[in-house]
This record gives sequence, structure tokens and C-alpha cells, in this order.
Amino acid sequence: MAEEEEESELSDKQKVEIAKWFLLNSPPGEIQYVAKDVKLILNDDGLFNEAASEAFPLYNKSHFIVLPMSDRSGDVLVTSFGELEDNAYLDPRTAQVAIVDHVKQVCTGVRPAQDEELATAYIEEFRFSLDAEILKYVEDVYPKGVCSVYCVNGKDTEGPGSDFELAVVISAARHSPQNFCNGSWCSVWNIVFKDEQQTVEVKGKLQVAAHYFEEGNVQLDAKHECKDATLFQAPEDCALALSSIIRHHETELHI
Amino acid sequence: MEAAMGLMRRIPPKHTETALSALLSLMPNHSSDLLSQVDQPLQVLCDVDCGKEFILCEYNRDADSYRSPWSNKYHPPLEDGSVPSSKMRKLESEANEIFAIYRDQYYEGGSSSVYMWEDENEGFVACFLIKKDGSKTGQGRRGYLEEGAWDAIHVIEVGPEEEENTSYRLTSTVMLTLTTNNEASGTFSLSGSIRRQMNMKLSFADGHLCNMGRMIEEMEGKLRNSLDQVYFGKTREMVCTLRPPSEVAQMRMPES
Repeated sequence: MAEEEEESELSDKQKVEIAKWFLLNSPPGEIQYVAKDVKLILNDDGLFNEAASEAFPLYNKSHFIVLPMSDRSGDVLVTSFGELEDNAYLDPRTAQVAIVDHVKQVCTGVRPAQDEELATAYIEEFRFSLDAEILKYVEDVYPKGVCSVYCVNGKDTEGPGSDFELAVVISAARHSPQNFCNGSWCSVWNIVFKDEQQTVEVKGKLQVAAHYFEEGNVQLDAKHECKDATLFQAPEDCALALSSIIRHHETELHI
Repeated sequence: MEAAMGLMRRIPPKHTETALSALLSLMPNHSSDLLSQVDQPLQVLCDVDCGKEFILCEYNRDADSYRSPWSNKYHPPLEDGSVPSSKMRKLESEANEIFAIYRDQYYEGGSSSVYMWEDENEGFVACFLIKKDGSKTGQGRRGYLEEGAWDAIHVIEVGPEEEENTSYRLTSTVMLTLTTNNEASGTFSLSGSIRRQMNMKLSFADGHLCNMGRMIEEMEGKLRNSLDQVYFGKTREMVCTLRPPSEVAQMRMPES
């Protein structure tokens, strides 16, 4: 037990839980600042590192953080959909896997994805077309948005006859600590292709957060969920219909 | 301590109480600093003797009991709880009556309390508190909010009475929480606190209460406008920067 000025009555486990709580509740773009303050107060690097190693991965995945790939070939989104192992994240668009250091929030290496990690050609047609349409949409509407489309269910489907599910993730963040203002926009669209009914069901979850902290502490937290559906058609037609659904619902959220 | 205050500025305001108790347990030696510097949402107790609510804060607390400004008694009862001098108490009573009228006119409801005590410099300190619950289950007259709370804390340090003027230093904090929750648009939650200071030298001729009242009224007006600009303005600006509304998306916005 560290016998410094503070003689807290908490057990080590309780201290780690508290440190984790502070880290997980950091506003967008501020976890490193929060980490510095927590480390100072905790005054025990071992406990801090334990808390950080548990909290950072959760935070990074729930905030869909965007990291530049170490070979400068683009950005990778850190999400649970693309997680292959604790620190390896798939970027389906470039078929690469990024190795990530969660606590430092950097990509430390990149390798090509193996065949088992990627979807079948049948699925990839749908994924690729949707990705192309979403990319167009995001570049049009978000000044600094990053997006990705993952296959989250049924990636080994060889052909028609089974259901499969794709997930679209859009993440945009704006960090202006000099202006005391940070914000983030995250949307996740789960898209289930139902083979028998020949329909595609869409569920969207949007989350916007903003933090302003000049002479105070003001935070906005808005969440929105929506549903929609369309017909199961050829990959390009589905892609067009889906991206138009997504565009329509996201535009409606505006405060 | 600086690190602790840094954390309090970053943690979402709706988690203020949890964050504060976490810090208190991690840094027990700093508890009095933390309690006096961190603003928490205000809580009320009912003064059973006169049936009115009063607001709890560090300034009317002694041990685990709180003094009511209406009856000057501690709840739960406390032997030898500290009370202001009779001169202070008279001013304090009057302040409570007047402030209640102010509060009712501006807030259409809510609770208010004023506490005063002498300080070491021959002056005194007065703390004016307001709490309003505007949610649809509370006293929200316009009925839209799932959660809506306005907590205001104004602390005025009054200097010793000099020849012509007395100096007043006002530090005000307003904490606001708004949450709407409806089927169509989901959950929208905006919360936070802002703090401002104002120093004035005023003639004693009109009396302390008049001077303090004027300062508070002016400050609350400014804070309410700031809140509009800060809460709604800045956060909306951020959202529009993340994803410009569709009419604007046609033109490419310059990188700012």
C-alpha cells in the first residue's frame, strides 16, 4: 500500500475500478488528458496501467476512434465489428489488418488480411457496393468523416440461400482543445439481408456528443434510433437504396 | 488538487455526484477543498416547522445537519450547531423573504435560500441559492422536459463598510440540465455548468440587500444569455461542423 500523503481506505481493486470509470467517461478526444489527471491522483503506476489497459480498448471501440495506419495507406476504424483479436482491426476496404496500441491510441503495424479473415466473393459484392456508396455519401456530407462496412454475420456464405448481415460505421470527430470544444458523431447501421423474405432490414443508431469547457463544463449527448427496410436486389441496387435510407434518416436528426 | 479540478471539468455534468464521491474516496485529505470548490446539484430538505423547503449546501451545514434559513434550526436537530450572530440573522431573514419574491417572479416556482455569516475581515459573506425543477413531473409549466433542472449558487463577499463605498465580489455558478426523451427524436441531453465573477463598489446608502439583489439580477440575466449562447450555440455549432445541415453541404465549407 502506498503510504503517501493520502491514506485512502480503498482496496486496490476499488481504485482500479474508479480509474477505469473516469477513463471510460471521458468526453470525445479527451481521454489522454483525463488519463494524465487520473494517473496523478492515483499515484500508483501499476494500478493506473491496469485500469488503462482495461479501459482504453473499451473506450476506443465505443467511440469508433480513427487511427492513421502506420504505413500511411489510409485510416482504420477501431470497432468491435472489425476486431479480430484484442489489438488487431480489419479494414475491409483495403483488406489490411492494423495492429493497434490502445493506450497510446496509435497504429503500430499493418499486415495484409488473410483469406479466412475476409468475406466470400458473394458477400464481398454486396459489401463492396455498399461501401462505395457510403464513401460517396460521407465525403459529400461530412467534412471529416471516416466510414467502413463490415460483414458481421454470414461472411462465409457462398451464395444465395442464407441470411447475412452487414454493419456500416460512420465516425466523425472534431477536436479543438485550443477553443475548449470537442465533439463526435458516430452512427452504426445494422443491415440484415433476409434471403427467404427477400427483404433487407435496417436499424440505425446515431450518437452525437459535444463538450465545451471554457469557464465551465457543458456537454451535449444526443441519441437516436431508427428502423427502415428495402427490397433484396442486386448488390448495386441495394447499395443505392441503403445509402439513400441512411442519408435520409441522418439528415432528420439535426437539432 | 489541480488534477482533480481538471477531471471535474471533463466528466459529464450528469455524473458530477459520482465523480465527486470517487475523488473524495481517492483523496480523503483533500475533502474540504473538494467539497468547497466543486459545485454539485443542489438538494433540498423540508423545514417541518414552517412547511417550507430549504436548500442544502456547505454554508449551512454543521456535521451532518443543515440549518434552515426560515426557522434558524438544524435538521436533524443539532445541539450547539453554529448560527449567525443576531445582527446577521436579521439581515439573513430579510434576504430570504425578498429573494423568495424575486425567485417566484423569475422562476414561477422553485426553492430559494440565503445564508450569511461574518468573515474574518469585518465584512460578511452571503450565499444565495435557487433550485428549480422544470421537468414535466416537477414544476415545469410548459411540460416538455423529461428532466430539467436549474441550480444557481451566488456567493457574495462583502467588504467592510468604508467611507463611501462597500466592495462586493460576486461569484456565480449556474448548473443546468435538460433532457428530452420522445419516440420520434430519441434522447437529447444537454447539461453543464458555467461560472462567472463580478466585482462592484457600491454606496451603502441603499443598503446591502438592495445592492446584492441588483448584482444578482444582472448576473442571472447575463448567465441566462450566456447559457443560450454556450449551451445551445456552441454545441450546435460543433454538431454543424461535424455534419453540416443539408443545405450547406452543397457548398464546400472552407477548412476552419
